Amino acid sequence: MAGPGPDRPPGDATYRDLVRPLLLPSWLVIGILMVLPVALMAVYSFLTKEFRGGVIWDFTLAAYDQFFLDRGLFGDDPPRIEWTYISIFWRSIWQAGLATLLCLLIGFPTAWFIATRPARTRGLWLFLITIPYWVNLLIRTVSLRFLLRDQGPLNGALQWLGLLDSPLSIINTNLAVQIGLFYSYLPFMVLPIYAAVERYNFALSEAAADLYANRWATLREVVLPVVKPGIVAGCILVFIPSLGAFLAPDLLGGAKTFMIGSLIDEQFRGSQGNWPFGAAAAMILMSLVLIVLLIYARSQGRAPR
Amino acid sequence: MKGVRHYPGFLPLTIVCLVVLYTPLIVVAVYSFNASTSITSWGGFSLRWYGEVFTGREATRFGQAAWNSITIALMAATTATVIATAAALAMVRGGPFRGRQASFALINLPLMVPEIVIAVATLIFFSTIGLKTGYLTILLAHITFCIPFAYLPIAARLEGIEGTYEQAARDLYATRAQAFRLILLPLMVPGIVSGWLLAFIISLDDFIITNFVKGAGMETLPTAIFGSVKQGIKPNIMAISTLMLLVSVLFVTAAYLINRRGRQTP
Amino acid sequence: MSTAVDIRDAVKRYGPVTALHGVSLTIADNEFFTLLGPSGCGKTTLLRLIAGFEEITSGEIRLFGQDIARLEPHQRPVNTVFQQYALFPHMSVIDNVAFGLKMKGVDPATRRARAGRMLEMVHLSQFADRLPAQLSGGQQQRVALARALAPQPRVLLLDEPLSALDLKLRQAMRVELKQLQEETGITFIFVTHDQEEALTMSDRIAVMSAGRVQQIGTAREIYEAPVNRFVADFIGETNLLQVTVEEVSEDRATVVLPGGHRITCPSASSSTGLHHLSIRPERLMISDDADLTATVERVVYLGTDLQVIAHLDGGQPITLRLQNAARVALPEPGQRIGLHLEEGGARLLAD
Repeated sequence: MAGPGPDRPPGDATYRDLVRPLLLPSWLVIGILMVLPVALMAVYSFLTKEFRGGVIWDFTLAAYDQFFLDRGLFGDDPPRIEWTYISIFWRSIWQAGLATLLCLLIGFPTAWFIATRPARTRGLWLFLITIPYWVNLLIRTVSLRFLLRDQGPLNGALQWLGLLDSPLSIINTNLAVQIGLFYSYLPFMVLPIYAAVERYNFALSEAAADLYANRWATLREVVLPVVKPGIVAGCILVFIPSLGAFLAPDLLGGAKTFMIGSLIDEQFRGSQGNWPFGAAAAMILMSLVLIVLLIYARSQGRAPR
Repeated sequence: MKGVRHYPGFLPLTIVCLVVLYTPLIVVAVYSFNASTSITSWGGFSLRWYGEVFTGREATRFGQAAWNSITIALMAATTATVIATAAALAMVRGGPFRGRQASFALINLPLMVPEIVIAVATLIFFSTIGLKTGYLTILLAHITFCIPFAYLPIAARLEGIEGTYEQAARDLYATRAQAFRLILLPLMVPGIVSGWLLAFIISLDDFIITNFVKGAGMETLPTAIFGSVKQGIKPNIMAISTLMLLVSVLFVTAAYLINRRGRQTP
Repeated sequence: MSTAVDIRDAVKRYGPVTALHGVSLTIADNEFFTLLGPSGCGKTTLLRLIAGFEEITSGEIRLFGQDIARLEPHQRPVNTVFQQYALFPHMSVIDNVAFGLKMKGVDPATRRARAGRMLEMVHLSQFADRLPAQLSGGQQQRVALARALAPQPRVLLLDEPLSALDLKLRQAMRVELKQLQEETGITFIFVTHDQEEALTMSDRIAVMSAGRVQQIGTAREIYEAPVNRFVADFIGETNLLQVTVEEVSEDRATVVLPGGHRITCPSASSSTGLHHLSIRPERLMISDDADLTATVERVVYLGTDLQVIAHLDGGQPITLRLQNAARVALPEPGQRIGLHLEEGGARLLAD
């Protein structure tokens, strides 16, 4: 969400006459392979499921009904609210929110620390943060699973240090998933905040200190409000992928730690699948993300420049 | 009194951050050199698992998967970079036009929609039009989500290039095509290269979307590793992981150096 | 008059680089004191030491007798007007002005009232609820001033506050600043590289160069009685002639001018031998009663003045300024002229 925005006044218009042909490929590719599929997914969420995967073209609200309402084993009880799926969504939101908060608590000081290094060493620090950002997420998650296993190096080290008598069971718990989300998306928090702090005018901090604000009052009253766009961008970049995360819950968690990503994934696996239900769950996830993005766009629109 | 830049506790938190990010990777890299067959105990230094990667029982499967991953990433990154470069020229050098905002949103759409949603939608689309899932469907999906990753660095670079260079070229009798080929394109190269690198690594990395649209029997490196890990982490997986880690580090270094050179030229 | 700021042997080093080499100066309460010098002379470093943004390497800084050298900036009863103002971009004008009071724990009603009075004082009451970015440069300047004055500091530090303004506004602000200082009775320490600014506003000026204070005095003292080549050259225009000093007594010296004439003039030197003599161009007159003889090279017409560029017989260049009056006969290039030194128009420097 960084980079050139649509609102910036375009300078030179050397290619004004070629705008259409130049944009046509991206319109076609994204239009056909992304917009059209999402529209089709919306249609699918209103279709009837076919038992061996796939759909029958009969329009129905069954998928959404199944998501929100419980009509008993035979479907003829009076409808009550179905908590199974709502609680999975709720757990996902909760886990993603907590991961965002943890990433912020570690990421902001890190970004600040790096941005205040002398230019000579700053590049090296930034490089250290960037490497994990580029390493395959699957590999990183697998590594974390290896580390956290009951007989893994972490438990080994803790026992060797005498801090534990018996291994700590972390894998397959909500804690493991939380550690996984935090670990996966931490670099996504550091980089945008770093970009904001790097542009920050430190004379503002001096002015605050001069006007009797101590270090922490300066942070609260001046620094945080001024670098807020970077913080919000970092939070979005952690929250959205955490919400729909698949690898961390799947590789580190278990049946009790199910999140939206796994729920949707399951609907498209083999003969137990339910495509309309999966499409409906994906639609609900996308609506949640859309709400978050709208709030973000609002906050950016109001931010002083 | 240490100045307004200093906050007590920020250095320890930075170290926590780095320890969190690096410990799992370093542990896996170290254990990939473990001579023991058991992943729990240390049996001395050995390169046997690296040998296993290239000659062992799973070597053909992983070899084929790696080939698929690399060829798809090369094609997807290259196609996406060409599309993104054209789009950046229109967005940055096209003046104001109707649908500019919409085009910007469209190009960046793959960044806004959660991956799992893209995966579901793409699978439904291919299934509806009757395209058999496999190599081609993976490639098409990858081209699509690589476009914004290639676009952002290219457009940022183009915005930093003043129009006066092209004007000077036109003034010296260059046609627009010549001005593009001889002036604008060479100046854009650092942005195009970083865009391509980013798109390449994103394609190489992708698991969720690939897993949905790959079809039976087709594997890329991430899906093959995932399938293997589901049965437990074996030492050869750690060797492959370490190799991929090494590739990523080389890529970051390359991007870093190119970026630095790019900043020195106007 | 009591002492507001007392600085003793202030040294500031950044690694191997020494920015201040043992600066000592005393600033009186209620004084408009200016630190003047070219960029890199250490004036801003000294200001930042007083404000507390930099830690002093060695030496003492006393504020009304209290040693403040080790206090954090927010513990010092001084406020700063920053060069680029450093107005908080996310706060309205009134919140900016009230910030210091809020940090000092003043209750909301009182601080709003006092910030309002400050805005009245700088004629910006109608902009109280705007954001800083919605104001012009001159208005932002005045907000910065109001913000720094609102907590009623004992000393106000101003770091080249006028440099970002255009010429007209700068001239108007000089008058306003001086008035404000007289009205509030607060000690002002003003940093600038602009000698005109320094000369017009200050009670006293410290001329700095290369991390040292070269001279402290009133505008008149440093212009008319510079102690060394740097001060003579930096303040206004001057001719520096190499001369031989024959005799020094108290604050006067007898020197031999190029060409052999002897004069007695005020002196900042205590030794004989080779020294420099500073002669202001407007203190030279073309006359038959000549102390010096020179050959005219060029005459430059400046409107109110005429500038005559010439060289002495020994080859040293010399410039004089003549008022452009009807009776003045223009010298021609190549013409030999006699130059008369006005009484007190020359001064022997320490180096």
